[in-house]
Amino acid sequence: MNASAGRSRSWRRAALTLLVAGALYEALARSGYFAAALLPTVTAVGQTLWAMLIDGTMLRHAAYTLYRVMFGLGLAIAVGLPLGILMGRVPAAEQFFMPLVSVLMPIPSLAWVPVFILWFGIGNVTTILIVFYAATFPMLLNAWSGVRSVNPLWMRAAGAMGANGRSLFWKVIIPGASPFIVTGFRQAFLRSWIAVVGAEMIAASAWGLGWVIFDAKEFLNTDIMLASLAVIGCIGFAFERIVFGSLERATVLRWGMVRAAKG
Amino acid sequence: MNDDVPHAASLGRVSAHRPRALWDGARWRAAARTAFPFLVVGGIWETLAHMAIFPRRLFPPLEEVASSLASLTAAGIMPHHAVETVARLLAGFVLAAVLGVVIGIAMGRSRRAEDIFLPLVSIGAPIPGLAYAPLFLLWFGLGDVSAVLLVAFVSAFPIIVNSWTGVKAVKDIWIRSAQAMGADERRLFRLVILPGALPYVLTGLRLGLAQAWRILVAVEMLAAVPWGLGWLIFGAREFMNTDVMLAGIAVIGGVGLILENLVFKRIEEYTVVRWGMMTS
Repeated sequence: MNASAGRSRSWRRAALTLLVAGALYEALARSGYFAAALLPTVTAVGQTLWAMLIDGTMLRHAAYTLYRVMFGLGLAIAVGLPLGILMGRVPAAEQFFMPLVSVLMPIPSLAWVPVFILWFGIGNVTTILIVFYAATFPMLLNAWSGVRSVNPLWMRAAGAMGANGRSLFWKVIIPGASPFIVTGFRQAFLRSWIAVVGAEMIAASAWGLGWVIFDAKEFLNTDIMLASLAVIGCIGFAFERIVFGSLERATVLRWGMVRAAKG
Repeated sequence: MNDDVPHAASLGRVSAHRPRALWDGARWRAAARTAFPFLVVGGIWETLAHMAIFPRRLFPPLEEVASSLASLTAAGIMPHHAVETVARLLAGFVLAAVLGVVIGIAMGRSRRAEDIFLPLVSIGAPIPGLAYAPLFLLWFGLGDVSAVLLVAFVSAFPIIVNSWTGVKAVKDIWIRSAQAMGADERRLFRLVILPGALPYVLTGLRLGLAQAWRILVAVEMLAAVPWGLGWLIFGAREFMNTDVMLAGIAVIGGVGLILENLVFKRIEEYTVVRWGMMTS
């Protein structure tokens, strides 16, 4: 009872914080101290968001962005996951790829945008490749450390029970590495979500949530910028919680590899 | 602030010189194994560049990239760009580190602070930092102020979250035994909670620095600063100087490598590893 009382107090305080922050912002926006074009009221942002949702432009921007993220993330998983597992299993592959990975990884993906624009032009190809570059490394590193972290005792036990190479791989190594692999998916998604916004701003095409923010800056449409910002945040939050949360529940939690976070 | 760059470079020189006595066969073999993949990739690049399938302006051979890197460095242009970028990075990061650690520890220590800040952090964190960039540009104008503030804002999130987790992860039994031994609130904080949370705080700082570095390169492209590595590669695109762009990317990667491996490994060795909180 005590815990639930504490929790409801936390909820009340959280709601209160958001209300106070919103009210402060609204008061600042309405005070006329700053130009209305730079600091639109919450209602103005809400109206813009609603109008853009109704006429479908916001949905189209979001669809373009999601398409680029999914394509790039799919490529990154298709390359990073097998390569990471290979590096974890085969020492020669590890010795060959690890130095390359550790040199390429600290280069921010967005630093490649100008080069990729020259090579592939403005548009989807450049954006997707930037997403791919950003998402591959977390995927690869997590798969690699996941395979290496599989308890050798399990492998020997399975070997003693007569598992051949194939079933050892599918029944022991892959489930054993799964917590890391799921973390890899999650980090790869977050990275690609960050990268796509930046890539869309610089390698501008005509649609996309990053592009619309940057385009709105040119016309001082701060309400459009804040509305798109809200949509970007909501989609990122939804993916993080719903998609990856349920993926985690369906795999690693069900297999008892990790416990659900407390509280 | 700028004198941190030669400092980092001298760290690299020291560690490269020290193991000279140990250069026996095994070390040579290890070095050759590390160099091998670069030779293969470099060989493929060179072959493609010299086969002239792609226009040479867009796909320059490595010797051209190296020579423009050398001439830019000799002319002092590349160091100037790099110093400006690192200065911006440090300014933003120090701001984020101070604010982030203070807010994070406050959130871990006081229920009230947690209830106030957690909703704001969990709404702000999933939005990619660059999405705020145009907003910051409108509010604070083009140039250094926007770039530094954006870097600080974005890299504060992982620092806050990790400091908060770190304080909460301090073992109850340490706190209770310190209290049983008569530690007052102040000594408890300084001698138990702070060192106990430090591994998490350091991880947060490392994540924050990596985030700051990634954001900064992109912000320099958008914020039209007069000097900076991001601006260098973005400006070089206008003149199709692919060799300059690749040289700039190489420097960006090099600085990133130095930040991650030399600076943070040292800090960890001096603090948490020495205290036995983590194994290196």
